[in-house]
Amino acid sequence: MAEIIRNGALHADDWEVLRLAEGQDAATVEVEHGRWIVPLAVWQAQREHLAARAEAGVLGVWLAGSDDPAQLADDLVRLQLVAVDFPKFADGRGYSIATLLRARLGYGGELRAIGNVLRDQFFFYLRCGFDVIQPQPGKYSAAQLQAALASLADFSEPYQGAVDRAEPLFRRVRREVRA
Amino acid sequence: MYKYDEYDQRIVDERVAQFRDQTRRYLAGELSDDEFRPLRLQNGLYIQRHAPMLRVAIPYGNLRAAQLRKLAHIARTYDRGYAHFTTRQNVQFNWPKLEDVPEILAELATVQMHAIQTSGSCIRNVTSDPFAGVAGDEHIDPRPWGEIVRQWSTFHPEFAFLPRKFKIAVNGAAEDRAVIQAHDIGLDLKHDAAGRIGFRVLVGGGLGRTPIIGEEIAAFVPWQHILSYCEAILRVYNLHGRRDNLYKARIKILVKALGIEEFRRQVDAEFAHLKDGPATLTEAEVARVAQHFDDPEYAELPAADAGFAARKAENKPFAAWAKRNVRAHKRAGYASVVLSLKPTGVAPGDISAEQLERVAELAERYSFGEVRVTHEQNLVLADVRQADLFELWQQVRDARLATPNIGLLTDIISCPGGDFCNLANAKSIPIANAIQARFDDLDYLFDIGEIELNISGCMNACGHHHVGHIGVLGVDKNGEEWYQVTIGGSQGNHTALGKVIGPSFAAHEMPDVVESLISVYLELRHADERFIDTVRRVGAEPFKTRVYAERAARLEDERKVVNG
Repeated sequence: MAEIIRNGALHADDWEVLRLAEGQDAATVEVEHGRWIVPLAVWQAQREHLAARAEAGVLGVWLAGSDDPAQLADDLVRLQLVAVDFPKFADGRGYSIATLLRARLGYGGELRAIGNVLRDQFFFYLRCGFDVIQPQPGKYSAAQLQAALASLADFSEPYQGAVDRAEPLFRRVRREVRA
Repeated sequence: MYKYDEYDQRIVDERVAQFRDQTRRYLAGELSDDEFRPLRLQNGLYIQRHAPMLRVAIPYGNLRAAQLRKLAHIARTYDRGYAHFTTRQNVQFNWPKLEDVPEILAELATVQMHAIQTSGSCIRNVTSDPFAGVAGDEHIDPRPWGEIVRQWSTFHPEFAFLPRKFKIAVNGAAEDRAVIQAHDIGLDLKHDAAGRIGFRVLVGGGLGRTPIIGEEIAAFVPWQHILSYCEAILRVYNLHGRRDNLYKARIKILVKALGIEEFRRQVDAEFAHLKDGPATLTEAEVARVAQHFDDPEYAELPAADAGFAARKAENKPFAAWAKRNVRAHKRAGYASVVLSLKPTGVAPGDISAEQLERVAELAERYSFGEVRVTHEQNLVLADVRQADLFELWQQVRDARLATPNIGLLTDIISCPGGDFCNLANAKSIPIANAIQARFDDLDYLFDIGEIELNISGCMNACGHHHVGHIGVLGVDKNGEEWYQVTIGGSQGNHTALGKVIGPSFAAHEMPDVVESLISVYLELRHADERFIDTVRRVGAEPFKTRVYAERAARLEDERKVVNG
């Protein structure tokens, strides 16, 4: 079972990410029993068939960096888990996608960062509205993840607003005026 | 200038702790090279030819005396006793040890400095006019806006991993002294017809491999909305900028691919959602930041100082320095002084630890303790009494910072080049030094007049060669260093990209090539015409013809010598 970070603590987790292999068809690929996070294309192709599992909270959908989150707009009310994939940790599209899901589309369910998610970016994921971070299995030891929890609070009072704290510093606090 | 409050200080201190831990994990083998790279780059740390290079941020080029002393201390303790000012108003150390960098950052934090986002694919240090607040042609002081943009962009969580680097510059005067047309976002402060403050916004400018002049995306964005508007631009870029090819990843490529109209449409659509949101600036916040840039306590002085005029009349070297290195000031009886970091034989922008301390002292004695860095790699004492200029000059001269060459041929902009930089195809500094040596005669230099010569060691264009009146670009030809020459580039309100004059030259030819260009100018110029004006009037042809004719003659001579 994988270790994930949820709301600042470690949890065991049995969600699996379905990735289409070369030649697999989104319309016909079988989503087995269990908790699966499926690609947007699979969700769109098999929505009727998968909707009940989504509403039961055992099926989620993940977006790639090239996916427009607005494509999920009508589904967000029934989805309890949406994930955003980071194909490379340096590919920052996921930060904007997460921000749009939360701030623009009003998504309130679980938002999970998956893929090549590294501990030195955990702070940024949280700020952009992810509440669950799922590093690749085996990437970190439990001890390393435990140590990484501290980095979630690297910066205690960030300047700009983001999903976690919408108001920028100048609205949150009264800053000193020079004497 | 801006002073940190507890929040600013805490962010910088937290950054030091974060990077200390990251460096520890890297050295312990817990972080791979690939994973550590963006982390160190976002702290300005490059792995260079000889040693790491650390780039320290100087937001919009403002420094105070205590910071200069700290830079001197770092140069002495962790480096080889000198530092290098860059074309983006930052400062670089060329020889620190990786394991010392957390300690260097901790030292910097004690004087309200940092290296945050001085490299990497993120929003870089914001730059501005080095004469902000003192120039007569200024409508609105850009420094508070530089600080507001700095705070907004610092650790912006959505834009920490952009497709490529992202540079913002702010200008607030009639003359653009911040090269805003060559930035990813150029912010031009202005008043609208009703007298309200806002920004003309340029987007998609940049030099580098594909030089492009920025285009206007918005004629006027009211100040309240400028951060939301920038956020809209950045979001469109972050989502749609190319990530498949490093050389096509800058925003300028996206703007060109979509066309400015379509890009504007996408930004406006995004802005419609963000406008009036929490990022909307408040009068209180702008006033809080702006008060840090209130005028210092100027004395009431006569417009022109009689002693200054008398000294100029009796002392020719002082008069030459006053003509080239002293600029008019908005206040009666004051002047701004440019300290030249371009004496012959020194790498442009280099300064020793002793000189840094000397400048700190002079700033305290003569200029309210503050110094600015120019993107031409010189320093400015912005607020000097005219009555003090002679005394100041004597001390600046003793410190070897009084070369009277500001704006002249030997005031060369140059990147560190192949002597230091891993990216470079060719060396820059020896070329700059050879040209300086050739044109070392001051009377000749004055006769040639205003001209900008910029050198880059590769097409990344850190030396801004595209916008030099004469531009020199180092290129690699089968493992050898060659130099391509452009003429007709310019910065400022009439920003233009230079045109290549023809085949490239060997390093040893460069002083001759520049001399050929100058000789054509001296023959063809009209009265009061600068080099660039003559190039614009007569075109590149006479210059090309002369350069290659004289080159052929030199090669012929060399052949004769070789053959006896």
